[in-house]
Amino acid sequence: MSTFVSEFKTAATRVTGDARQRQFIRTALGNYEIARDKRKASFQSWESARQAAAETKWQAINHLDTHLESLVAKLEARGTKVHWASNATQAREIILKIVTDKKARSIIKSKAMTSEEIHLNDALEHAGFTVAESDLGEFIVQLRHEPPYHIVFPSMHLTRDQIRDLFQKELGDAPSNSPEDLTMVARRVMRQKYIEADIGFTGGNFAIAETGMISITENEGNARLTAALPKTMITLLGIEKVLPRFSDLALFLPMLATAGAGQPMTCYNTMYSGPRQPGECDGPEEWHVVLLDNRRTELLADPEQRDALHCIRCGACLNVCPIFRNVGGHTYGTTYSGPVGSVITPHLRGLQDWKHLSNASSLCGACTEACPVKIDLHHHLLHNRRNASMSEPSFFEKLAYKIFGMVANEPVFWSLAKKIGWLTQPLQRAVKGSALDPAKAWTKTRDLPTQPLESFKDWWRNRK
Amino acid sequence: MSERENILGRIREALQFDAPLPGSHGHATTDHAVAESPASHAREWLPSVSTDIGEQFALFAKNAADLKADFQLFASRDDLKAALVKISATEKWQRIASHEGELSNFASQSLGLPTLLTDHGYDVQAMERCDAAITECDALVAQTGGVVVTSRSTGGRALSVLPPHHVVIARRDQLVADLPSAFALLQRRYAPDYPSMISFITGPSRTGDIERILVLGAHGPKKLTILCC
Amino acid sequence: MTVTLFIPCFIDALYPRAGISMVEILERLGHTVICPEKIACCGQPPFNSGYWDEARTIAAPVLEQLKDAEAIVIGSGSCGAMVKKFYPELFAKTPHAELAKQVASRTWEFSDFLVNKLGVTDLGAKFPHKVTYHDGCHGLRELGIKTSPRVLLGKVGGLQLVEMKDEICCGFGGTFSAKFPMISTAMGEVKCNNAVETGADYIVSGDSSCLMHIQGLLSRQGKPIKTISLAEVLNHQ
Repeated sequence: MSTFVSEFKTAATRVTGDARQRQFIRTALGNYEIARDKRKASFQSWESARQAAAETKWQAINHLDTHLESLVAKLEARGTKVHWASNATQAREIILKIVTDKKARSIIKSKAMTSEEIHLNDALEHAGFTVAESDLGEFIVQLRHEPPYHIVFPSMHLTRDQIRDLFQKELGDAPSNSPEDLTMVARRVMRQKYIEADIGFTGGNFAIAETGMISITENEGNARLTAALPKTMITLLGIEKVLPRFSDLALFLPMLATAGAGQPMTCYNTMYSGPRQPGECDGPEEWHVVLLDNRRTELLADPEQRDALHCIRCGACLNVCPIFRNVGGHTYGTTYSGPVGSVITPHLRGLQDWKHLSNASSLCGACTEACPVKIDLHHHLLHNRRNASMSEPSFFEKLAYKIFGMVANEPVFWSLAKKIGWLTQPLQRAVKGSALDPAKAWTKTRDLPTQPLESFKDWWRNRK
Repeated sequence: MSERENILGRIREALQFDAPLPGSHGHATTDHAVAESPASHAREWLPSVSTDIGEQFALFAKNAADLKADFQLFASRDDLKAALVKISATEKWQRIASHEGELSNFASQSLGLPTLLTDHGYDVQAMERCDAAITECDALVAQTGGVVVTSRSTGGRALSVLPPHHVVIARRDQLVADLPSAFALLQRRYAPDYPSMISFITGPSRTGDIERILVLGAHGPKKLTILCC
Repeated sequence: MTVTLFIPCFIDALYPRAGISMVEILERLGHTVICPEKIACCGQPPFNSGYWDEARTIAAPVLEQLKDAEAIVIGSGSCGAMVKKFYPELFAKTPHAELAKQVASRTWEFSDFLVNKLGVTDLGAKFPHKVTYHDGCHGLRELGIKTSPRVLLGKVGGLQLVEMKDEICCGFGGTFSAKFPMISTAMGEVKCNNAVETGADYIVSGDSSCLMHIQGLLSRQGKPIKTISLAEVLNHQ
């Protein structure tokens, strides 16, 4: 059994026991839902938009090779240097080589979940480079030396008091605990970093095949500055970020904002088609785009779950997931959390090691309902469970279900089982909650129902 | 073999097997084909926008207000100039940045302030000392209350995001109804030689990263003013 | 008509009154009710855990027993979803594939059957209490059941329905409740608090498995609000 499961359960136990944190998260996500519902209602037809978005992504992924070739040809034609990375190691090597060749003294970074995925910051810092996270949420968790809590809202788990204390400790600068004052601290700290950085690092939300563009969505303007001032720009994104057409953005940008944050549009949606072009007055002299596979092609090769690659990383599924709301983002112990993370992590990091994420779900389906591109999320959790049990069944669990099957299918055994259940109730009450209690997982926090003497089938038989 | 060939090879191999059509949830429906361009009907599903220009301006104004952007519509250039001079005095601007352009020149010159022009290169530290940026735009989008700028038409990449106050000078005929129209306009105007940066700006810079409380001016401009005549 | 009533395993063993209520309601409406004796479980527990061979072993006899049924009614949203939505997937590419689709097409969840197949909304029931309704997730999201229980409750004499503030999972999730009990309990606590906040005397649901989990928490915490199945409310005089 992997250690990841026990770490998950330990973390889950800790967070589910922290009523304050759970309430804090629930309030934040409850407010998100109110805003999101208002935005959805403003659409003439959210459901039609979802279907069109799902179909567009289906086209993108099911013709991924063609679209990538078009994207890259157009990027390269205008001077962008495109790199292909089969895995995290290659991606880190490519990026390290660029920053080393440039003799970079400071790197400014805007938010990129793929950079978390490949543990880029650690690699850069290990090689002696300083990396400044410019997105406020990422800036905060970087100071705390912890990963982002949520793919869209990295610091949603922290109160303003915690952030004020953090800034006081790490920056010596925390005038008050008001979000306004604290944000201005971050703004002040970043200012010169933007201007002096020699490398600007970004992620990418969409890659437009038709026109050879990378589209970046943000609210703060830090990605725009990262892409404007430093002499060298590096962009890392997964190969699955492709959209076929420039005009597709007219649908995807408002949907991303609505599903992701309950906003009509995110503040800055910017499409980049190259480094500084002749006649332009600023912008990076060099732009390197690194395309990352890192086992996405394995997920692609699973037709049943291929649609998990349609994900636009909006975070809607995290926001509505009752598991996420009660255990929080860090419990998952991996880059991509929530329902989509529970679906794809077994593919990207190993089925047997990470199947527990797919197991830790009641399969309520709220995620599938919320997904703007209609990924069949909760059914894929089932599919992962099936795949895991088929490749490495648990002897005892399999045996238990075999026995259950024999009992359920044979009226005599079923009747007997019920009688035994009824008869042993006093015994069960005696050991309730103790180490001897076979139902301890239940009885630790819940009472068991009382089994009546006469079952339904008994009543039905007695009627005749 | 290059990594490019490795990756493309794996993709092609994976795609030999069909995936279910979207929205079918595993119950693949063979009678439903995916349209050529599924998002082309976006206008029918996004929030509705009237075809009446007056109502479109009203919608733009409402959206801009919701975003805490300051939108003013003028009957004449003189009125616009007067308003801009007033803003400059109220905000106590001492230095501004701008780019060459018929409208932007008219606006920046009306202020009589030291003006950094970006068109032929500029010193970033000097721009950082500017109190405001005055730019033109490619379009105003009624549906979102947003502004479209590019690195070619509005003074480069940094001008519309570095200074703390961004002022956009627009003409009435630059208003488009919705996002599909804005993208169509950009394609007509620039394809295939696009500016290296196109940005849809929807309100002043903002963040909700601290307790989801809205704070303006996270890194980009704290104030966005749109003057239109 | 002849209605084949599939009583789920937990109703048979733990909540027979829910099943009895369903029989009495259908017979009062003039239908002949058959309860196949040979089948006890739809096979969802092994299915949800990924043991699909074992699930098929349980489910194949179920299909055989339901083969000739005119109309199949299942007394639970989650078992209803299993037969209606998941049996076709479970049996795809097996000899039972066609039969699974057939049986699925003739299967209804109980409240859905009353309102949408029989067109009946008023059962002449009386239950003069304030109640809130919990939508089991399978019934809600797999089968789209949201209005039929409410339409039926709307016709129950003296009943006042108040809605909980969120539409969320109670945290039962079958084997999930035992495999990840801390998360299951946390989710259940939220559901219980939401229910108590409505001021209702009863939580009603078409899914007795959810109620088992909710009631288990309420009893342990000594909360006064009670749980009752939808069928029992609709059969109440």
